[in-house]
Amino acid sequence: MKALSQKRRHPLAVVALLVMGLLLTGVLYSVASTANQAKADSGFTASDVSSGQKLFVANCATCHGMNGQGSASGPSLVGVGAAAADFQVSTGRMPMQMSGPQAQRKPAQFNADQTRQLAAFVASLGAGPTLPDESMLDGKGDATHGGELFRVNCAMCHNAAAAGGALTRGKFAPSLDGVPAQNIYEAMVTGPQNMPVFSDANISPEGKRDIITFLQTIQKQGSPGGADLGSLGPVSEGLFIWVAGLGVIIAFTIWLTSRSS
Amino acid sequence: MGNPSDGAPQQGGTVATAGQAGGRFEDPGIPPHRPRLADTDPKAAKRAERQVTALFVISVIGTVVFLISYFAIDLGNDSSIDTIRTQNILLGLSTAFAMLGIGTGIVHWAKALMPDHEVSEARHAVRTEEDRAAAVRIVDDIIEETGIKRRPLIRNTLIGALALAPLPALAVFGDLGPNANDKLRHTMWAPNAQTGKKVRLTRDPDGTPIRASDVTIGSAFHVIPEGLNDLKEGKLNEKAKAVVLLMRLNPEDLNISPGRESWSYNGIVAYSKICTHVGCPVALYEQQTHHLLCPCHQSTFDLTHECQVIFGPASRPLPQLPIEVDSDGYLVATSDFHEPVGPSYWEREYS
Repeated sequence: MKALSQKRRHPLAVVALLVMGLLLTGVLYSVASTANQAKADSGFTASDVSSGQKLFVANCATCHGMNGQGSASGPSLVGVGAAAADFQVSTGRMPMQMSGPQAQRKPAQFNADQTRQLAAFVASLGAGPTLPDESMLDGKGDATHGGELFRVNCAMCHNAAAAGGALTRGKFAPSLDGVPAQNIYEAMVTGPQNMPVFSDANISPEGKRDIITFLQTIQKQGSPGGADLGSLGPVSEGLFIWVAGLGVIIAFTIWLTSRSS
Repeated sequence: MGNPSDGAPQQGGTVATAGQAGGRFEDPGIPPHRPRLADTDPKAAKRAERQVTALFVISVIGTVVFLISYFAIDLGNDSSIDTIRTQNILLGLSTAFAMLGIGTGIVHWAKALMPDHEVSEARHAVRTEEDRAAAVRIVDDIIEETGIKRRPLIRNTLIGALALAPLPALAVFGDLGPNANDKLRHTMWAPNAQTGKKVRLTRDPDGTPIRASDVTIGSAFHVIPEGLNDLKEGKLNEKAKAVVLLMRLNPEDLNISPGRESWSYNGIVAYSKICTHVGCPVALYEQQTHHLLCPCHQSTFDLTHECQVIFGPASRPLPQLPIEVDSDGYLVATSDFHEPVGPSYWEREYS
């Protein structure tokens, strides 16, 4: 202690103190910012990010800007997170084929590696929802609770049997039949296009796992009542009964009043 | 020509020749009888008989299959959806065959084998003055025989009883009025009358309270009032009135009218989910256009303009629930809705 107090008048003491102070601030800041951005991605390597940037510049920058800052023809991607990028690219919605009421699902244009690299680049632009944890996608949650959550939060647009439905002015909520669990999870946390966001503060990750379990269960078990006619309710069922049901009744009345040969 | 309804064959042109005096046209009569195959060919008759028998046997088989599939398929606790589906299909098909077998069998029997002679019956004269006089006489006789003119006591008590009889209906229907009216005006969102404690907004269906910080921009929360899940009875009725959709927008996207400045919190707004048209739940929220769509009749509400109707048959905006944040950071309703939720009704405009 005595040695330290003797050296405090040393010409370099001010410099040493400054360096120490700066170091301390840096460490504290990084601790604080990781606490704030617990969601910031760490699973991506620097090479993922740089390859992703090349793909981005070649395929996405026309609309979203060279640094993903957005332009008149495309929104900013800062802070949308890896989950949003993975959802849009792996379902083929991005790159967008044409403008219209909404971007539609089509065969993916990038393979799994390229999709991952793009997600890494978008995640590097700003903290946002990360790729979901594998354990939340296993479909081993509580299907009953998931069904309740689905009917409250999702069924009004996606239909109680997840068959999809119409929205305003040409937009629609797509059918969830055959959509991979990862895409369903990502759609909930990011709220793509006109879908509202269902953040972890609204539906917990376990709740999302339950919803995925419910969707997989109803896909697996099929329709308990026989042919579901697309699960579209009165539209397809009404058409069927008007055409087939009335047709049978008319055939019977013709037969009833016809003479036997 | 015999009794026209005895089924005996008749000669064409012998019926209904009355009215020919004018000589306008000749009555063509009924077309000549054409014998069926089964009438002339015993083999065809035998074949038709076998067909009818087969249809009845199909009905018997259908009934037996119904009973077997109803009793033999076990729907115990460990039965799967597949078992239920199999049983459903078997029950439906066997019932259809059991009923259709009998029906088509009887019709085929009647058409192919039973006598099919054409019969026509001359039309009666419609009425005569004697008939009318006779009818009047009958009514007079009845009045005379009841003695209602001679026994005024009976007549007067009957009139009294008839006059009083509708009163119970008035009492019953009267009860439908004012009470229901009040019930539609109040929901669970009103602060506690004694303590003044404001009701927290909680998640549907779990009933967990919502912090303002949980509601990120673009989020949609389906909300029920705190304590709804604790209700022992009437829970569904209360829920049907009190359900709310909670959304957060960019605050500058909201166009707030004077008097409603304190109803939202940092762009968080809460609106009744019950459509003002016929009461369907309006929850199809588009987070980019800020449209709320009702799935039943496509009424569309603009969230940025306090849920004004921009399309469809609804005539009023969705009622807004005034909200604020309590000392613990949770969202609470500052008051009940300022108007009755849901569709119009008779006394809505009068309190």
